[in-house]
Amino acid sequence: MKVLVTVKEVAEVADDFEIAGTEVDERYLEYDLNEWDDYAVEEAVQLKEDGPAEEVVTVTVGPERSEETIRMALAKGADRAVRVWDDALEDAGLLDVETKTNLLEAVVEEEDPDLVLTGVQAGDDAFGATGVSLADELGFQWGAVVNALDYDADENVAHVHRELEGGVEELTDIDLPAVLTIQTGINEPRYASLRGIRQAQSKEIAPKSLDDLGLDAGAIESDLEVTSMYEPESESDAEIFEGDASETAGELAEVLREKGVAE
Amino acid sequence: MSDVLAVAEHRRGDLRDVSFELLTAGRQLADATGGDLHVAVVSGDTESFADDLNREGVDAIHTVSEGEEFNHDVYTQAVEALHAELDPEILVMPNSVNGLDYAPAVANRLDLPLVTDAVDFDYDGGLTVTREMYGSKVETTVDVAGDQQAVTIRGAEWPAAEGVGDADIAEFDVDIDADAGSTVTGFEEVGGGDVDISEADFIVSIGRGIEEEDNLPLIEDLVEATGATLASSRPIVDNGWLPKNRQVGQSGKVVTPDVYLAIGISGAVQHVAGMKGADTIIAVNTDPNAPIFDIADYGIVGDLFEVVPELIEQFE
Ligand SMILES: Cc1cc2nc3c(=O)[nH]c(=O)nc-3n(C[C@H](O)[C@H](O)[C@H](O)COP(=O)(O)OP(=O)(O)OC[C@H]3O[C@@H](n4cnc5c(N)ncnc54)[C@H](O)[C@@H]3O)c2cc1C
Repeated sequence: MKVLVTVKEVAEVADDFEIAGTEVDERYLEYDLNEWDDYAVEEAVQLKEDGPAEEVVTVTVGPERSEETIRMALAKGADRAVRVWDDALEDAGLLDVETKTNLLEAVVEEEDPDLVLTGVQAGDDAFGATGVSLADELGFQWGAVVNALDYDADENVAHVHRELEGGVEELTDIDLPAVLTIQTGINEPRYASLRGIRQAQSKEIAPKSLDDLGLDAGAIESDLEVTSMYEPESESDAEIFEGDASETAGELAEVLREKGVAE
Repeated sequence: MSDVLAVAEHRRGDLRDVSFELLTAGRQLADATGGDLHVAVVSGDTESFADDLNREGVDAIHTVSEGEEFNHDVYTQAVEALHAELDPEILVMPNSVNGLDYAPAVANRLDLPLVTDAVDFDYDGGLTVTREMYGSKVETTVDVAGDQQAVTIRGAEWPAAEGVGDADIAEFDVDIDADAGSTVTGFEEVGGGDVDISEADFIVSIGRGIEEEDNLPLIEDLVEATGATLASSRPIVDNGWLPKNRQVGQSGKVVTPDVYLAIGISGAVQHVAGMKGADTIIAVNTDPNAPIFDIADYGIVGDLFEVVPELIEQFE
């Protein structure tokens, strides 16, 4: 079985930041592997270590800078990586779900995996929709928000738990080929070992342009346009305690006593 | 083609709150587009669900009696067929776990632009959706192109629709291919165990701000000194530092204590879903822009590793 994992380099915003136009000013962004994708990579690598998977390939849509992040996934045990980028994407603005679906679909068709794992959502734009959209486009089965996966090789079925709201899980059987969107907590993502990091240096990251994937500019025409970005107006009337730690702790203690919850 | 179609959600025999919020959001959009508000309810006891969904502002309710519980194949096919029949301008679905399991497939099949997790809309001949990015640190407005759109809405952002409506209720027949390849085999409750944090009056809750498991004893000292109950955000449970029954939030427990003291928790929407009903919310966080301060009654902008030891001292 071949497993394809979609990974994304996400931007995280510093505590203090400025907005420039419709974007957070680049100076206040730090890049990291998307939290949910880290769990998806781990799940795939475990499938390889446990036997069912022969190969784990990652695919990312991102500029050259993102190779640093992809190397992390390679260092954790993925075999090789595909990176989709194109000058046309540079100017595309906010990529909508359909665009990501088109790009990833082309890669899936080339790679022909049995199982595709994605994160539930990306920590930056938080659409949470690409995995299921991709599955539907491919005619694959799917499961969203999966927090337990047990693959049955004889039946070629994934027995999964989907984590619903309020501490309830749904048990579902999904025929492969399938796309599963992976929830945090499904496993314990490993740290990349020094050896892994060294090995990752020699693993392949294949760049793919739209042309390489047989796509034209129409495939990345986004239906969404960000027209403004701002810090949400706080409706907060929180009383912020001022002073050093001992002063603020003192005031906090007083509130707890006043409310009668601590003595 | 100015109508709005909203898709209700239910689980284990009950409509979920977001269903009634969808009616309000859907009505808001239908008022703006000048169309009717249609509501779909798929699977389960659709007759009684339809009665319950018949609230003020709903023009028509379409029931699809196929299956008992949510199944994404049934939902995708039912909503696709209903959309083809009604040809609405805007399709509204919940941004719930199940919403995320069918809405993207429906949008893909119908070739509709999809915007998820909307917190507000604006309609002026075209749809603009307000949503958050970077863990609620910024809000954006997004113009959505095209004549028809699909949107999922965040829970608890719109008030639940009330009153009694006079909607037309009709069964909608769809030929469902039930052999699609995924089967729901059951449900499981998780997170029982030693304590029930939903019963607690005073909760000290910790988040990723504590950085490592080795720092947990510091918080346990505070819990001990104040007689509080210990809870946490999701990453603490994901890391295995606390059991699942301590997790507060959308996929954890809903708590309603007198006081909720959030230490090193950013206040992501899925966390807030579990604790916003606390009488008094207090936050300790180094980031003055952390969203948790938006809902807090009291706050300390500071380092928990300085504040917590001082706080323990106050109670020893
Ligand atoms: C489908 C789904 C369901 C989910 N369900 C839940 C759920 O039930 N419960 C839940 O909690 N989350 C849930 N999440 C995850 C949620 O989106 C957030 O990722 C999570 O709540 C973040 O936890 P946190 O606030 O502890 O961590 P972060 O967001 O990383 O915040 C850590 C905070 O600590 C502060 N901090 C850092 N160092 C210090 C210091 N020394 N002193 C003081 N403050 C400090 C930082 O400023 C930051 O604000 C869910 C997500 C999804 C997609």
